[in-house]
Amino acid sequence: MSFLTAEPVRLLLALVCIMAFVGLNAAYLVLAERKGAGRFQRRPGPNEAGYGGWLQPVADVAKLLSKQLIVPPGTDTILFRLAPLMVISPAMMCLAVIPFSQTLVARNINVGLLMVFSFGSINVMAIMLSGWASRNKYAIISAARVVSQNVAYEIPMLLVVITLLMVTGTMDLNEIVRQQAGWFWHWNLFKVWVNPLMPVTFVIFFICMLAETNRAPFDMAEAESELVAGVFTEYAGMGFGVFFMAEYANIVLGCSLGTVLFLGGWQSPFGLWPGVVWFLLKLYALIFTVIWVRWTFPRTQFYNLLNLSWKILIPISLFTLLLSSAMIKLF
Amino acid sequence: MIPSLEQLAERFSRLVVTNAVPSRSPLPVTTGSAPPVAVATPAAAAAGQTAAPTAPPCPVQTVDYPLKGYHLDVSISPRQVVLAAEILDQNGFALDTITGVDWIAQNEMEVVYDYFHPLSVLRVVIRTRIRRDNPEIPTISPVFPGANWHERETHDFFGIRFSGHPDLTPLLLPEDADYHPLRKDFTA
Amino acid sequence: MIAPTDIPSRTNPQETFVLNLGPQHPAAHGVLRIKMTMDGEYVTRAEPIPGYIHRMHEKMGENRTWTQFLPNTGRIDYLSALHYNHAFVGAVERAARIEVPPRAEYIRVITSELNRISSHLVWWSAYLLDLGGFTPLLYAFADREKILDLLEAITGSRLTYCYFRFGGLCNDIDDAFIQGTRAFVAQMRPRLKMYRDLVTDNIILRKRLEGIGPISAELCRKYGATGPVLRGAGIAYDVRKVEPYSVYSQLDFHIPVFPEGDSMARYRVRMAEMEQSLRIIEQALDKLPAGPVMGKVPRVLRLPAGDYCYAVEAARGRHMVRVVSDNKDIPYRVKLRTPSFSNLSLYEEASKGMMLPDALALLGSLDLVIPDIDR
Repeated sequence: MSFLTAEPVRLLLALVCIMAFVGLNAAYLVLAERKGAGRFQRRPGPNEAGYGGWLQPVADVAKLLSKQLIVPPGTDTILFRLAPLMVISPAMMCLAVIPFSQTLVARNINVGLLMVFSFGSINVMAIMLSGWASRNKYAIISAARVVSQNVAYEIPMLLVVITLLMVTGTMDLNEIVRQQAGWFWHWNLFKVWVNPLMPVTFVIFFICMLAETNRAPFDMAEAESELVAGVFTEYAGMGFGVFFMAEYANIVLGCSLGTVLFLGGWQSPFGLWPGVVWFLLKLYALIFTVIWVRWTFPRTQFYNLLNLSWKILIPISLFTLLLSSAMIKLF
Repeated sequence: MIPSLEQLAERFSRLVVTNAVPSRSPLPVTTGSAPPVAVATPAAAAAGQTAAPTAPPCPVQTVDYPLKGYHLDVSISPRQVVLAAEILDQNGFALDTITGVDWIAQNEMEVVYDYFHPLSVLRVVIRTRIRRDNPEIPTISPVFPGANWHERETHDFFGIRFSGHPDLTPLLLPEDADYHPLRKDFTA
Repeated sequence: MIAPTDIPSRTNPQETFVLNLGPQHPAAHGVLRIKMTMDGEYVTRAEPIPGYIHRMHEKMGENRTWTQFLPNTGRIDYLSALHYNHAFVGAVERAARIEVPPRAEYIRVITSELNRISSHLVWWSAYLLDLGGFTPLLYAFADREKILDLLEAITGSRLTYCYFRFGGLCNDIDDAFIQGTRAFVAQMRPRLKMYRDLVTDNIILRKRLEGIGPISAELCRKYGATGPVLRGAGIAYDVRKVEPYSVYSQLDFHIPVFPEGDSMARYRVRMAEMEQSLRIIEQALDKLPAGPVMGKVPRVLRLPAGDYCYAVEAARGRHMVRVVSDNKDIPYRVKLRTPSFSNLSLYEEASKGMMLPDALALLGSLDLVIPDIDR
């Protein structure tokens, strides 16, 4: 038994669990998204494979796996094959520090937040690489868009997170959650006595998260009616499947981060049920909102997107940062 | 500015008088009113046109709209289409369409310009005839840029060359098409 | 705010690249190809290359009798087939001086306006799909489905109708159609309000469309653009009012005009037109006279020699048919003046210097049907 409790083995097992979690989430979030889209559009959604469509993800994955991996001539073969891996692995790495409950965390390190953000920014580079390696004009336009979009939205997101760090005083995610113990008004989201603009910072965080994960209404990367499929245009079979998985892994990561930072993570608002249940409830509520937004709004225009970041979100987040520091200094 | 039908008819009478059309009327059946008064003006003569006697069937006809679907039917010589387009442009008309008709029996091609007026009911048809074996006519695309595509299409279908046209490559036909399907002697 | 035209376009071919948009592209709605010369994401030149589904309807017209050409007209602009029926039938009736019974004229108006609504609904849903909003498609198609069911019951087809005949209609309408149409009108009004609240007033959509793709009235005139494009540029030109055909002069409706000339103006024109079409349908149903739906038509149709025009307001603008007859039972020449052709021809000029997504928003706002361009 000592073999199982040894740290490297435990970490390995945890990583396998995270991969399974990401894979399952990707598969079933696609189903949830399609079912949700169906409900928003007054149609049943996929309902043929299995009872109520529950086997649809299996069918999808089987289809993707059985397809040939086409590497078009003229592409940079190594980068082209590498890009999907580089997209998915940071998302999985980041999940290793997310506390699903007080004990259910793969590796609790005291700079967890820093790690999430540093790995999170690899995503941009990977998408840019795939666009570059594809040698497709749509992919290159899309890659250029992704870079300027993610750079633009990284700034307000980090400013918001710094605001939060001033309040919490730690980068340990588990510690941040522990500080939000008690009733739901102890969540960072509602801590208006620390900073009256706390709900606003959460909204900014959520918007930035949507933009960072390239979700509608900020899906400039895919923009299927303009750029065909953007950076994914040349990818077939599981190459595309991995990008698809990474999209959902990033959503899960972004929403878990939102849950941990603002919604009290695994803390129960009433003291009922174990923490992991509450964590997942909050997580999926956020994910549902992401899906909801996607099927409700049209896509924004690219310069409107950048204007939103540079002219609205960054000034507001700077102001919340100043306000936070002033209040900490004063009280 | 909305021109009246009479003004327009008068203006076109002046135009056609300065350079008469071939004597054949484009179509035998006309339900037009009395021929408008034709007055040659120094201004029109100064436009560089050579004067010629008026053609017997009136080239400018006001037409009964419910019977034909247009108000003014003007037959002019091919050289005058640009001038006619300019007159209509100055009067606020818009180009409806340009098309051809292949009168193979008479060995002629007819080019028909339809105009409508965005602010009034007025519809004007300008028609001209050119030789079938060497169909060439000046382009009106500098006056109405929209004519560009209509002329390209007419070139596709009839092989009518619009001299001065910026780009007469096939528009609707395949890019290597060297046939003109709406000619009456075209066989697939 | 960075306006799309602020950045000067470079013309040096070393710094630009060519993007072949189409013939298969999600925003092309068919097989339109646009050769775009791009400077980064800015379009320096967009040259539409139509012709991928050219079928030479005009040659077909010269090879068959007047009656036999009628089904072709429904296949030119497949989304507003009845208007195209109407134009051709109208031209032939005008030439042959056939009297159409008033009941038939009223039914023509009712069905044409239903067709206009269904066409605008397809445009609306497809346009929002272009703009990245998927959900309206399903809502619009649910409404359109009701129109298709109504029209299917009386015309026998769902899309490429061939319902009008020289001198009238092939079928009379029944009570079920009248009831169904009244019910449709009643339920469509709140739906249009819902679309306005949910979609048109959405800030993202408005930011996306307002000020994008301005087309001036002068540009429309130079290119012969008509329909919602012209009305969105502030000119109240509608063939139904200007050259009233059928019984439109006896019905009370107004022409929605928006002077801004941008994509949003064209959008609003079409949305307002659907409401006007509902009004027309209601009035026409109220006024619907009894009587036959077919007038006296000679067995073999020979039109007197001459040329005849007939223009209608199709869903996309002015559609004119010019027929030339040489006193035979076969047309000498059939010219179809289609609105999409003229509307697309101004695209090259209007899209200069726009960003790619804006250029596509402009393209969608022209409401193109590719067979209507290619014929």
